[in-house]
Amino acid sequence: MSEELLTVRNLVTHFYTYRGIVKALEGVDLTIGRREVVGLVGETGSGKSVTALSIMRLIEPPGKIISGEVIFDGKDLLKLSDEEIRSVRGKEISMIFQEPTLALNPVLTIGLQLQEAIETQDLRKEDAEKLATAMLEKVGLPDPERMFKNYPHELSGGMAQRAMIAMSLSMKPKLLIADEPTSSLDVTVQAQILDLMKKLVEEIGASVLYITHDLGVAAETCDKIAVMYTGYIVEFSDVLTMFENPLHPYTQGLLNAIPKLGYDLYTIGGEVPDLINPPSGCRFHPRCQEALDICSKVKPQITEVKKGHLVACHLFKY
Amino acid sequence: MGFLMDLRTYILRRLLLMVLVLFGVLVITFLLSHVVPADPIGAILGPQAPIDMVEKIRHEWGFDRPLYEQFVDYVWRVLHGDLGKSIRTNRSVTSDLMNYFPATIELATFSTFLAIVMGIPLGIISAMKKDKIPDHFARVFAISGISIPVYWLELVMLIVFYYQLGLLPGPGRLDPYMAYPPRVTGLLLIDSLLARRLDAFVNGLQHLIIPSFVLGMFGAAGIARMTRSSMLEVLKKEYVRTAKAKGLRERIVVTRHILRNALIPTVTVVGVTYGGLLEGSILTETILAWNGLGQYATGSFLYLDFMAVMGVTLFIAVIYSLMNLFVDILYAYLDPRIRYG
Amino acid sequence: MGDGMFRNVKKQRFTDKWAEVHRYQIQDIKFTMYLWQKSRLSLVGSGIVVALIVVALLAPHLPLYDPFQLNVLNRLLPPSGEHLCGTDQLGRDILTRMIHGSRISLMIGAMVVAISSLIGLVLGLMSGYFGGKIDEAIMRLTDMFFAFPRLVLAMAVAAALGPGINNTMLAIAVVSWPIYARLARAGALQIKNEIYVEAAKSIGASNMRTLFLHILPMILHVIVVQATLDMGGVILEAAGLSFIGLGAQPPSPEWGLMVSEGRHYIHMNWWVSTLPGMAIVVTALGFNLLGDGLRDIFDVRARR
Repeated sequence: MSEELLTVRNLVTHFYTYRGIVKALEGVDLTIGRREVVGLVGETGSGKSVTALSIMRLIEPPGKIISGEVIFDGKDLLKLSDEEIRSVRGKEISMIFQEPTLALNPVLTIGLQLQEAIETQDLRKEDAEKLATAMLEKVGLPDPERMFKNYPHELSGGMAQRAMIAMSLSMKPKLLIADEPTSSLDVTVQAQILDLMKKLVEEIGASVLYITHDLGVAAETCDKIAVMYTGYIVEFSDVLTMFENPLHPYTQGLLNAIPKLGYDLYTIGGEVPDLINPPSGCRFHPRCQEALDICSKVKPQITEVKKGHLVACHLFKY
Repeated sequence: MGFLMDLRTYILRRLLLMVLVLFGVLVITFLLSHVVPADPIGAILGPQAPIDMVEKIRHEWGFDRPLYEQFVDYVWRVLHGDLGKSIRTNRSVTSDLMNYFPATIELATFSTFLAIVMGIPLGIISAMKKDKIPDHFARVFAISGISIPVYWLELVMLIVFYYQLGLLPGPGRLDPYMAYPPRVTGLLLIDSLLARRLDAFVNGLQHLIIPSFVLGMFGAAGIARMTRSSMLEVLKKEYVRTAKAKGLRERIVVTRHILRNALIPTVTVVGVTYGGLLEGSILTETILAWNGLGQYATGSFLYLDFMAVMGVTLFIAVIYSLMNLFVDILYAYLDPRIRYG
Repeated sequence: MGDGMFRNVKKQRFTDKWAEVHRYQIQDIKFTMYLWQKSRLSLVGSGIVVALIVVALLAPHLPLYDPFQLNVLNRLLPPSGEHLCGTDQLGRDILTRMIHGSRISLMIGAMVVAISSLIGLVLGLMSGYFGGKIDEAIMRLTDMFFAFPRLVLAMAVAAALGPGINNTMLAIAVVSWPIYARLARAGALQIKNEIYVEAAKSIGASNMRTLFLHILPMILHVIVVQATLDMGGVILEAAGLSFIGLGAQPPSPEWGLMVSEGRHYIHMNWWVSTLPGMAIVVTALGFNLLGDGLRDIFDVRARR
């Protein structure tokens, strides 16, 4: 049933570096429904950004998408031609990035970069400018006419991110991928940006893939959460279940690691594995307190343990 | 209003810096002409001058006065355009320079143009196809640019294309039988157009081919190298990814996002290239019978015409500094981060 | 008895300590050797350079003609079995003169690079390390030198000093040192803030000691790369100066001079100018390839 907006199945992406093959994604499974906000949570290096870029087919050499399916609105994005995927980007799926001032071209005005996103070839210059200025106003930027002529380096982080949001939502995409959009912003600005995103996304009825390393932020903004560990999803469920009943040992570790007043700081033992020579079987097994014999030999498949709650762990075979 | 101030202050600061640098240039040329030679007057008057005359001139020209006085004197004269007299041509060095420099400027400018036209595309292709065949070719080209003596290559080109194959014209700015158009700017191509002498224009252009192509190749090597590294830097940047994520056409991504950023640093190399081409002209004008600064300089070296040598050196340093100033200002203008800083 | 032994022990402890602090670098040398033979560029370059040095050193013992012997009957002979590169306008064998010319070029290159790199290194280190007025003064000085195109200034200096090989060397050295000063300064600025330098100073190492034992080894690779590349450049410049008459004088078999002397004959006797020029190209190419290869190697190491 193409009730789901986006279904990612067994996505495999490798990077061929001179040090070896980095197996960044080793079978990612993900689904996003319509008007749904799904969080993708994991440590740095877990492959969150690579997943997002693979969905958009923005992986460049030495990276390569090896296999898998990315079914978006009924079409497998991995099988589209270059022209076809280009027409999907920016219009049906948009993306915003972590450091907004770096993600903007320093030699072009904000207005021009926004106009580009709006695809204004059929409009007269004045009309295109008016449309862009209206978008700038919509995302809460003060003095939109002046902002139009400003350059990225003249904007603060928060303002730049608002501009990026304007750019990404201007064509009313069905899916917005937000890769750590507030990680580089001040805490006060973070809240504003999150509110803005929430409001606009609801208005246009889009879904969001919200990538973050911060479980707290994910809890606030997302309907469902997918936990990712070194290249694949280890647990997927709705927010409440994830916090009340985390099944995968890694998820439990992450939740325990959230600092709580009065308690000692908890850390998950061991180190993030090397993606060139990852551990055999379940990649988490060296750090797992409850590892079974089978965990070092066979990689667990992600299976639905309860309704809407999926785990990739040998502890929950049935 | 605010932004104009920033560009203006930048230009002002840069001009001030140039004044300081030119002062330093004067110090060096002064030291070279008044202090370094064992006997400056003997050097200026040439080896044939009789000794008593040397002594007389030494006193007359104030070479027995304290050094800083001589320096003030020197700067004063230079600022008034007096660069001394050439013992070879018997004219003032300044008038000699005015006479000869257009030919060299024409050659250097044409060569720089060719260097840009050849170098930038090479650098771009080299970056986009990194580590593949075009890149290796570009690297070999760049290394050859600093391994081959320019005068030797000119000779080889003359041997092959003129003496052996007869495809291109030989030395000189025009064929020997052809008359020069009346001199307005000293730039042959412009003057021939002004005088409506199309034959001179075409012929002059043909004669420019070998010299400017060879000089241009050397310049292109440096420009290609800079363009390549600049492109590689830009290709790694986040905003290129954003542009692609917006679904823009490849052509737009390349021109508006990649090149617009990558070519700005290349501008700075153009200034240095121009200086290199001025050097190249000194080495090659004699072979090419190109009556410009280079030939004047070489003749002066051989004749030990000291004032002329110093005059040429100073002149070239000034042109080089002006070129770099122009390039720096252009860079500031092109990069909004500086212009609207 | 006791005193001498003690001194030796002290020396050994010093060397041990030095080796320990720079243990990483000593290991690195082995890694460098491995990278070196993997990089084709530097292999070709070093091959050329080694061959050149060998030929230059052995020149007087090789079965060649006399580079200065005039033989007007045999002038301007094209390349043949007897004269592999032909003869020049005075009947001298060109190959012989080219080989003897390599001695001159290599000597000029070595001397100039040695002198200019030393001066530049010292001035640059002081400039970067001590900062303040010393830094200002030295930087203004290098600025003044950089205001001229390099060869133009060298020509002016050579003209002021007079023709001849020694003056040429001096002229090019004068023009070359500023680059080393800039590189050394940049390196010193970077390194002086590193922790181990602070550590050394905190246990009482004097400024001089800090400079030479700790900072110098870390920037050495930059200097070496520049020096290698410079060899090619210097040889080209020396040849250029000789070409316009300021450098080597007849009857010296310097390559630039040979190209210059041969240019009056290019319409009929192409080999007199062309072949010595090829010697310049091959030599400069060798050093440039080697220098580029070395730079690539050091880049890989730095990225590690």
